[in-house]
Amino acid sequence: MTDEVDNGRRHFLTVATVATGAVGAAFAITPFLASWQPSARAKAMGAPVEVDISKLEPGAMLKVEWRGKAIYILRRTPQLLAELKGVAPRLRDPDSNQSEQPAFAKNEARALKPEYLVLVGVCTHLGCAPLEKFTPGDVTVSADWPGGFFCPCHGSKFDMSGRVFKDVPAPTNLPVPPYKFVGDGRLLIGTDTGNA
Amino acid sequence: MSSTTQSAVKTGGGRGAALLAWIDERFPLTTLWKSQVSEYYAAKNMNFWYFFGSLALMVLVIMILSGLFLAMNYKPAAAEAFGSVEYIMRDVNWGWLIRYIHSTGASAFFIVVYLHMFRALLYGSYQKPRELLWIFGMLLYFALMAEAFFGYLLPWGNMSYWGAQVIVSLFGAIPYVGDSLTEWIRGDYYISDATLNRFFALHVVAIPFALVFLTIAHLMALHEVGSNNPDGIEIKKVKGPDGIPLDGIAFHPYYTVKDLVGVGVFLILFCLVIFFAPTLGGYFLEHANFEPANALQTPPHIAPVWYFTPYYAILRSVPNKPLGAALMGLAVLLLVFLPWLDRGKVKSIRYRGPLFKVFLFAFAISFVALGYLGMQPPTPTYTMISRVFGAVYFAFFLLMPWYTSIDKTKPVPTRVTYHAH
Repeated sequence: MTDEVDNGRRHFLTVATVATGAVGAAFAITPFLASWQPSARAKAMGAPVEVDISKLEPGAMLKVEWRGKAIYILRRTPQLLAELKGVAPRLRDPDSNQSEQPAFAKNEARALKPEYLVLVGVCTHLGCAPLEKFTPGDVTVSADWPGGFFCPCHGSKFDMSGRVFKDVPAPTNLPVPPYKFVGDGRLLIGTDTGNA
Repeated sequence: MSSTTQSAVKTGGGRGAALLAWIDERFPLTTLWKSQVSEYYAAKNMNFWYFFGSLALMVLVIMILSGLFLAMNYKPAAAEAFGSVEYIMRDVNWGWLIRYIHSTGASAFFIVVYLHMFRALLYGSYQKPRELLWIFGMLLYFALMAEAFFGYLLPWGNMSYWGAQVIVSLFGAIPYVGDSLTEWIRGDYYISDATLNRFFALHVVAIPFALVFLTIAHLMALHEVGSNNPDGIEIKKVKGPDGIPLDGIAFHPYYTVKDLVGVGVFLILFCLVIFFAPTLGGYFLEHANFEPANALQTPPHIAPVWYFTPYYAILRSVPNKPLGAALMGLAVLLLVFLPWLDRGKVKSIRYRGPLFKVFLFAFAISFVALGYLGMQPPTPTYTMISRVFGAVYFAFFLLMPWYTSIDKTKPVPTRVTYHAH
């Protein structure tokens, strides 16, 4: 035995203790951080929803709720569909390359059946619900307005396919949720695979 | 300082003195009282701008007490929250008063804190050696913003709901992790019961603790370096033979008495709002919030409460989501770096040159103008004006190292300017 302090040993023990404590702290904090993730109940309530669209008139829009978000279901007239090509030069992402949608909706109509437009009614800027401003030239938007969706919060504009215009704060087109048609005139929102 | 002889306070002896001596042997009561209050020396020329520190402390106490009593009747659940606030307003005895004290107190807190911060800009109170004092103050400001944001969701009105939706969505602008981060904050796919419940916990437990802790740190830093004054002179440089600054007077009784006058004026104005204009025409309580939260219907015109609108105007004026969010964050964050952006050799506006005065004036105007613009609908004209004032706002900070270093300052006296009355 010697009275001299073994500094190397002390340093090793200090580092080893701190390292062990840090690992323990990381483990201890994990359940608390993970408790903020959507709970099992929240996930269960986010299940797909079925909508009856057989009574939707051409030109009319239906709003339903899926995962607490407004889902817009718009039945477009052939005239509205014909006008989609004309606005393309004024759009930021006309071909939906940067936007969120199932593969089947990566087209001009952004839809499985062009007649039915299904969109998540949540602005890609900061999440407000865009308003339906389908009348061309609507003065509450602008004189050269071709018709589409207008977000009242920060002025983002989208066309009749939910595609974003240039020079607005929203970066991408309105998302298209996964969906599929089931049976006659019924739409299942939240999934696009398997049998309903 | 911890010797027990200090307990010989002039109490005229007797039981009181004996009790105090008994305590002082076990807890540094007299020592603390002297070092922090009765023998804490502040410059004798402090003006009305120095009311706002003590007022902020008082508003914090008012908010904690009124909040405690609101929490006794409020239900933090999506199905019950809006109804429980109506219950407080209509059925709980004096509930309307307690709620209006709390809602008016939120705006009063920001008014007082903004004036307190502007005082620091006027007199260079953030400059060396008060950098940490300033940083603790800024952390308090950030905690206050978080507290206000979490609290604003609780009434579960439609503006609460969409305000939270917009602010939480801001985190979605962060590359890669944005979407999973917003889902983690909300605890659901949308602003839901889970979000409300956790915001309540943060509002009543976590952030108040942080506010109280930071207030203590802010005061400890203040009492370590000493209060600044309207001349920006370090009074500790000129001391009398007793070691007390010649320009210093004891905080108690001189400033406790003075601050009480400020408290009186504040409470008169505070009560006028509570009793005669609790919503203040929609500025303190927004009209859209008298309607329950509706996940399918954004209010036609959405704006945060007035104290966030300057930053909101900056966010809105940028036609690019990540850049807008980043500039808004920067607008708040730049304040932290003032002690290092300011290269001026004098502290107080009294001895600053014309350049600083012009920039500070332009900054104050732009802050108020952005605040106004943030409440207006996003028309192209308003957006353009917001960009101009936003540029002025950033110029104040980013050009500061330049204009403060070349500015023509006046000579600073060695003693404070004081006219006895």
